[in-house]
Amino acid sequence: MTNTMQTAPPPPTAPPPMTAYGYADLRRLMALMTGDEKHDVAATSTLDVLWVLYDRVLRVDPRAPEAPERDRFLLSKGHGPMAYYAVLAAKGFIDEDLLRGFGSFDSPLGHHPDRVLIPGVEIGSGSLGHGLGLAVGTALGLRLRGLDRPQVFTLLGDAELDEGSNHEAIAYAGAAGLDSLRAAVIDNASATHGWSGGIATRFEREGWTTRTVDGRDHDALEAAFADTRPGRPHAVIAVVEPKN
Amino acid sequence: METMRERFVATASDLLDADPRLAVVLADISAEQFAPAAAKHPGRVINVGIREQLLIGVTGGLALAGLRPIAHTFPSFLVERPFEQVKLDLGHQDVGAVLVSSGASYDMASMGRTHQAPGDVALLDTLDGWTVHVPGHPDEAEALLRAAAAAQGRVYVRLSGESNREPQVVRPGRFAIVRQGSADAAGTVVAIGPLLDPTLEAVADLDVTVLYATTVRPFDAATLRLVARRTAKADVVLVEPYLAGTSDREVNEALPDVPHRVLGLGVGREELRRYGTPAEHAAAHGLDASALRRRIAAFLG
Repeated sequence: MTNTMQTAPPPPTAPPPMTAYGYADLRRLMALMTGDEKHDVAATSTLDVLWVLYDRVLRVDPRAPEAPERDRFLLSKGHGPMAYYAVLAAKGFIDEDLLRGFGSFDSPLGHHPDRVLIPGVEIGSGSLGHGLGLAVGTALGLRLRGLDRPQVFTLLGDAELDEGSNHEAIAYAGAAGLDSLRAAVIDNASATHGWSGGIATRFEREGWTTRTVDGRDHDALEAAFADTRPGRPHAVIAVVEPKN
Repeated sequence: METMRERFVATASDLLDADPRLAVVLADISAEQFAPAAAKHPGRVINVGIREQLLIGVTGGLALAGLRPIAHTFPSFLVERPFEQVKLDLGHQDVGAVLVSSGASYDMASMGRTHQAPGDVALLDTLDGWTVHVPGHPDEAEALLRAAAAAQGRVYVRLSGESNREPQVVRPGRFAIVRQGSADAAGTVVAIGPLLDPTLEAVADLDVTVLYATTVRPFDAATLRLVARRTAKADVVLVEPYLAGTSDREVNEALPDVPHRVLGLGVGREELRRYGTPAEHAAAHGLDASALRRRIAAFLG
């Protein structure tokens, strides 16, 4: 794990500092991770949203992965984390060399991420439907600590929304007006029974603001994340190619 | 007498005054009782509504944000219903939290099975890193709640409507030696929490050592080993207010090199499908003084 802590690192006020890697490197980095081919599609479905978040939106710094003022990104859709690990490597949170050991016994990079093993990872995930509840608690806790700047992002899948636990969180967050909360839902039409009325309405009905955009259009995604309102949590539905 | 649950509300409210890291998380149950504390500390008494998965998810998130959360409801809804959240949102995230239940195994006797959770401690036993306190009196409950709030790590405090008449001095994590049997004593009886009074009544004329436990995890093996060495026989009787057999393994692990038998008394596994009062349920499970006397005497011989 690389974690080049300097004395008194600056609080993150912008997305991570420039590294040698760009978006064009992500496919190559992902290809270093083999063994979870079943989730290749799940991984690539998240790629552009993850890149936009880490490259343009999240105020996080690999030199200070525990800075109290950092934005929080919670990967709730924990399966197929290859795109996530590739982005973390590209942004300097982990070393590229670690990617080759993906999924091996001694590797910190499991087929689902573990926050105890990987710097910059906020939650362990893998069982669907846990991230949003944890995000609600995180948002409440940061507010109680007087930390008003950090935003709390959660990435979910459309099939993951089947899990009822999400809807407990969506309803409560809307009722509580948790406006530091941001949900990103990757919609690759993988939910078995679909979502009649569309995914956005599930959030809007509970008082969230929403935007539904092309999940591969970086500029549209950036604008969608920024289109928030005070007093209301915000969801971005990122539509990508159907899984099947 | 004030109940443990009432003492919990008072203690938690007091702790909110004193420690800015604390927050209380509810799922409607006890929300009314916490209303004064909620008014005094805006945002620090969080009622998520009847959403137990979110109750624990929020607890985990608060801990991730650096707070010490205290989550509360009945044990069936706190431990059993959201057990995956207990496992993953607390344990797998490696965060600390305090879970406080009230209702125990059959406090709500007339409500039936859905509101009874004798299996809660055994279920938590499948996870690593949990401290489990089972106070036997509101004073003990307060001491253990204060200890839990001040600690790190994951703590479960199991409150009960049943209570011993008098509080014992609590040293969290340690069994108290209430009575030392003679060198010829037949063994040791370990009474947990609110079952101390009926146990003492049951063994009044038996030559046994009596230990009193208000912390069952970690299990105070050192004290059990100490007293087992002082008596002719090292047989152990557990009197637990939750599922019978829950701590049998702990006794065996405490005495691996000492020949001993274990009688694990507690709540039966079969659903009674009876209502009435807690006292009637205690009797039905053989946990009142007369039944304990009969069963302990028969075992120790």
